[in-house]
Amino acid sequence: MTEVSGLTGNLVADVTQLFVFPFMVNAYLAGTIVAVVSGLIGWFMVLRRESFAGHTLAVVGFPGASGATLLGISPAFGFFGFSLAAALVIAATGARGNGGRRTRSEESAVIGTVQAFALACGFLFVSLYRGNIQGITALLFGSFLGITTDQVLVLGVAGLVTLGVLGAVARPLFFASVDPAVAAAEGVPVFGLGAVFLLLLGLAAAEASQITGSLLVFALLVVPAATAQILTTRPAVSVSLTLLIGLAITWLGLALAYYSSAPIGFYITSLAFAAYLLASARRLLADRAAARGGPARSSGTGMSAMPRPATTPQGGHPS
Amino acid sequence: MSAPLSLVLPTAVIASAGTIFEQPFMQYAFLAGTLIALAAGLVGYFLVLRGQVFAGDLLTHVTFTGALAALAFGVDLRVGLFATTIAVGVIMAGLGERGHADDVLTGTTFAWILGLGVLFLTLFTTNRSTGNGAAAIRVLFGSIFGLNLATAQLAAGVGVAIVLVMLLIARPLLFASLDPAVAAAHGVPVKLLGVIFLGLAGAAAAEATQAVGALLLLGLLAAPAGAAARLTSRPFLGLTLSAALAVASMWIGLVVSYLVPPVPPSFAILAVAAGGYALAFAVTGRQPQNSGPSKEPLPAGLGHPVL
Repeated sequence: MTEVSGLTGNLVADVTQLFVFPFMVNAYLAGTIVAVVSGLIGWFMVLRRESFAGHTLAVVGFPGASGATLLGISPAFGFFGFSLAAALVIAATGARGNGGRRTRSEESAVIGTVQAFALACGFLFVSLYRGNIQGITALLFGSFLGITTDQVLVLGVAGLVTLGVLGAVARPLFFASVDPAVAAAEGVPVFGLGAVFLLLLGLAAAEASQITGSLLVFALLVVPAATAQILTTRPAVSVSLTLLIGLAITWLGLALAYYSSAPIGFYITSLAFAAYLLASARRLLADRAAARGGPARSSGTGMSAMPRPATTPQGGHPS
Repeated sequence: MSAPLSLVLPTAVIASAGTIFEQPFMQYAFLAGTLIALAAGLVGYFLVLRGQVFAGDLLTHVTFTGALAALAFGVDLRVGLFATTIAVGVIMAGLGERGHADDVLTGTTFAWILGLGVLFLTLFTTNRSTGNGAAAIRVLFGSIFGLNLATAQLAAGVGVAIVLVMLLIARPLLFASLDPAVAAAHGVPVKLLGVIFLGLAGAAAAEATQAVGALLLLGLLAAPAGAAARLTSRPFLGLTLSAALAVASMWIGLVVSYLVPPVPPSFAILAVAAGGYALAFAVTGRQPQNSGPSKEPLPAGLGHPVL
């Protein structure tokens, strides 16, 4: 990043400067694809409260990529292959459909073990490879340098497939996520949809980890959706907000990382966290105003604060 | 007379296994590893029981940021580790009471904390000429064979303290975990116990980071505990089993890694722990774990697809 002339203060000049190098154009293309895909998938993930699974699927990309490097093939194969395989494992051993809610604590032990074991495998591959250390941190914490046109193409195709399948199952999936019991009673294949969704989540996580690194996928997968669901309860509005926030975070993060020496992962996570805090603060103020102004506003509880069935043993029974 | 290969190989292994405790670094690794595993097994069992594995995940990742912040600012690494993890554990438990189900908040905070860790990593590697990426890799993936006598003794001492406090609060904590409402009615300080517990979990995380690293630690917390929870439903037996499994994973992992040099110890330990969990699954079979009355389908006339 030494060749960059630095910020001039002139917005137009600075933005033009951003796109002088082809690698930056590629980075922006890839970032945009990833932000859209992970925003939409993340919206459902937050709704379904599967963030732990999402995190694990992303982390699994690390052994995938390092294993692929060890074998001398493109890391993209490793990212996608391992994430999809882990999604299958979690779907197969995970809680069974609607009746499985009670086994959440066991499910989380499974997920945690899968995750730690995956990272351990990644570490093994890296130490077998004896490669350079810079490579590990790029896999773990992301890098926007050196994204090739081929990679953008792969990301685009995978993104289209993901969004296509998501579009096909969106309506029943929404139903099954909001109220699994009623959906099951209506004949919606809740368990099957859950498995399909985990596969989509694996795809999206594999995509996102190529930009943000395996460990920071959360910033793009969870935070935009969580922020949007705090701000509004209407599904259509919050989906568009999710996209907007995700794109803003990615574009701004890329620009900041371009003009400074701090890594992209830091900027994307910090921007995302700031957005989430701002939304929470706004919501808190609105709630307080509503409480003072009388009971007229009943829309205080957002989707993220939806009354949950007791998923943890100690969740219920307020004494 | 050349001995058959099948005979030579085992004797070679046994011979080198005989010398395993003559190496000082192995003695230190066993000393620290045993107590680290003991603490992780006890804490992990409660994490699984209380459904707080995700919180444990956050704590383990905080160790990375804490350690790198300490390195970046030139403080002792262990100070950074223990200060950040215990603080985060206590804060999380303090906030947790109101909105218990906040896995989104956990996830969001956690992404940002890791992002901060990356920033510190950059600061550390660019500002200090002596520093290199190796330090980060050590924090992420551990280096139990790199302990010297003093660090091993310190790690063991902290491990003993965690185990003692855990045993002290095990009974009320068990009560509070299994049925918080009744426990509160009986005068058990449920909230305080929760805070102490996550503080301890933070200390255990900081402690174990030195052995298996920030990223792999979750396996040492979750896998033995998950296996124990699968094998028995009796809480104290499960607690003992979980600690025993963790220590066994540590020992087997250390020996395997010693005998097969290219395998890093962290991987061997984790592989044994995960293998134990898989075995527990195989032994108990896919029994439905009594997941409550499965939702009976509505009478035929009522079930019509609407979508």
